[in-house]
Amino acid sequence: MSTQETQPVEQPAPPAKPASPPAPVKELPKFEKSIADKIEGKFGAKIKVEFVKPLRIRIKTPKEEVLAVAKFLRDEMHYDHAESVTGVDYPAEKEIEVVYHLGSYTDPELANHVLTLATRAPREENPNPGSDSTRLPSLRDIFYSVEFHERECFEMLGVYFEGHPDNRRLLLPEDWADLPPMRKDFKIKGR
Amino acid sequence: MSTTSLPPGLQIEKVDERIMTLNVGPQHPGSGHMRIIVKIDGDYIVDADPDPGYVHRGEEKMAEYRNYIQNIPHLERPVIHDSCNVLYPYCLGVEELLGIEVPERAKYIRVIASELNRCVYIQYWLAIYGIFLGHSTMFMWPAGDRELYIDMLEKMTGARVTHAYFVPGGIRNDVPANFEDMLLRRVNYFEKRIKEYAAIFYDNPILISRTRDAGKLSREDAIRLGTTGSTLRASGVDYDLRVKEPYDAYGELDIKVNTLKEGDSYARSKIPWLDMLESCNIIRQAVQKMPKSGSVRVKLKPNPKSGNDEVYKRVESGRGSLGCYIVSRSAAEPYRVKMSVGSFRNLICMPYLLKGEKLGNMPAVYWSLNYWPVEADR
Repeated sequence: MSTQETQPVEQPAPPAKPASPPAPVKELPKFEKSIADKIEGKFGAKIKVEFVKPLRIRIKTPKEEVLAVAKFLRDEMHYDHAESVTGVDYPAEKEIEVVYHLGSYTDPELANHVLTLATRAPREENPNPGSDSTRLPSLRDIFYSVEFHERECFEMLGVYFEGHPDNRRLLLPEDWADLPPMRKDFKIKGR
Repeated sequence: MSTTSLPPGLQIEKVDERIMTLNVGPQHPGSGHMRIIVKIDGDYIVDADPDPGYVHRGEEKMAEYRNYIQNIPHLERPVIHDSCNVLYPYCLGVEELLGIEVPERAKYIRVIASELNRCVYIQYWLAIYGIFLGHSTMFMWPAGDRELYIDMLEKMTGARVTHAYFVPGGIRNDVPANFEDMLLRRVNYFEKRIKEYAAIFYDNPILISRTRDAGKLSREDAIRLGTTGSTLRASGVDYDLRVKEPYDAYGELDIKVNTLKEGDSYARSKIPWLDMLESCNIIRQAVQKMPKSGSVRVKLKPNPKSGNDEVYKRVESGRGSLGCYIVSRSAAEPYRVKMSVGSFRNLICMPYLLKGEKLGNMPAVYWSLNYWPVEADR
């Protein structure tokens, strides 16, 4: 076994590495670019298209705009469901980023595309989930499928979603009294 | 008298005298490792509230403390029966972050391993589905037949269930000698066996009368609720990532996507069985097209690092689309790993499907969702 693992050493990552990163940069994928341009054309400088890669687009919006952008994506661009909602903690920037991955079942052209919609909420040093300033508008009325994902994000990072009908705990025990566990200042014991 | 401080299910609520609240689970064998708080009026369910989290193990938090290679064995733990598919999007993501191209032979072996794993998972699920409908033969047959593929995977990977076979850069080791003969013999026998399930289970009038029209999910609702996998395809949406967004060698294979229009429990329970038959076809094609020799793994540098980047990769697992979102911040450990799993996404439709059903029919609807509690909790 071990001999077979060491055999392919003669062709390691370096030859592949310079070849693959420039590829997406050189020919900006046309279809993805056209989607990004449409969104940019509608919202202008209020949003920022962070990257356009093959099959993937990332858009960053301020939290005031997120409802309008999501509504536009659903009604005009045919994204019809959210695959996941991820919270990412950035303690140095005093912000928590919430990332929605949107997909489409109804539009065959978008079937293999994922649009990443990112927005940021202020982060507090001593969190008090639900009653501090870490709040975002809920997308539940626009993308129904975020319901449980936003509940998970609330308990794991303490981001309160305004307008969500059911901001209860989902995975954590009901009597959890520590920091929201996916924040960076919550440390695993012994690590 | 504060009633809000008590956990849900323990609260003193003012309800209609006709309505009774019932906790199903977490220890009840009919619920898996989760609790479903159902409200019943006589024999009919008027409300259902799933309460998962009893097997939450913090896989995503653990992943932030381990480097890209150390993460391999623990990220497959959410579904040990389907461990190749669970690990697949993570490996694809790390490969994209590091800019690695996987050898051609490894791509095909990955396809074969993940199709074998899909069958192993579906057989396990089918066994549970059978026993909860009171059909004990349908427990024994799949539980016995899946040993064929488990044995095959053991020969390939060295472990019965937790394989940790896929690594960023390829697969851990090459397949044993005489692999193709062993595999094809098993696939042929397996296919013959699962076709026999139709006579005893899927064409059985008792099963049909119990699951037909139970827990109907319309096409519009399936899309709106963002369901995935067999739940989505049973409602008539033609969506399978192996065809829509082919990864590794899937693009070169001819794959038929199974869909049914009814959207009821019967259709949802039939799709995984059709998927198993399709898996047998895929394995045969992959064996035929596979390069007969060559390397199966690109050696990585120790403690590989990636720049400030992020990646979202997804594959079609036994339970539907399985996504892995990795944020990298120029460190040996990932900054954030999020698994977007099919079971968690399908959980949302449980309250809709159970409303109006008889309590006795709850397992038939609930297990037809192809739900795996441990995966939903991560």
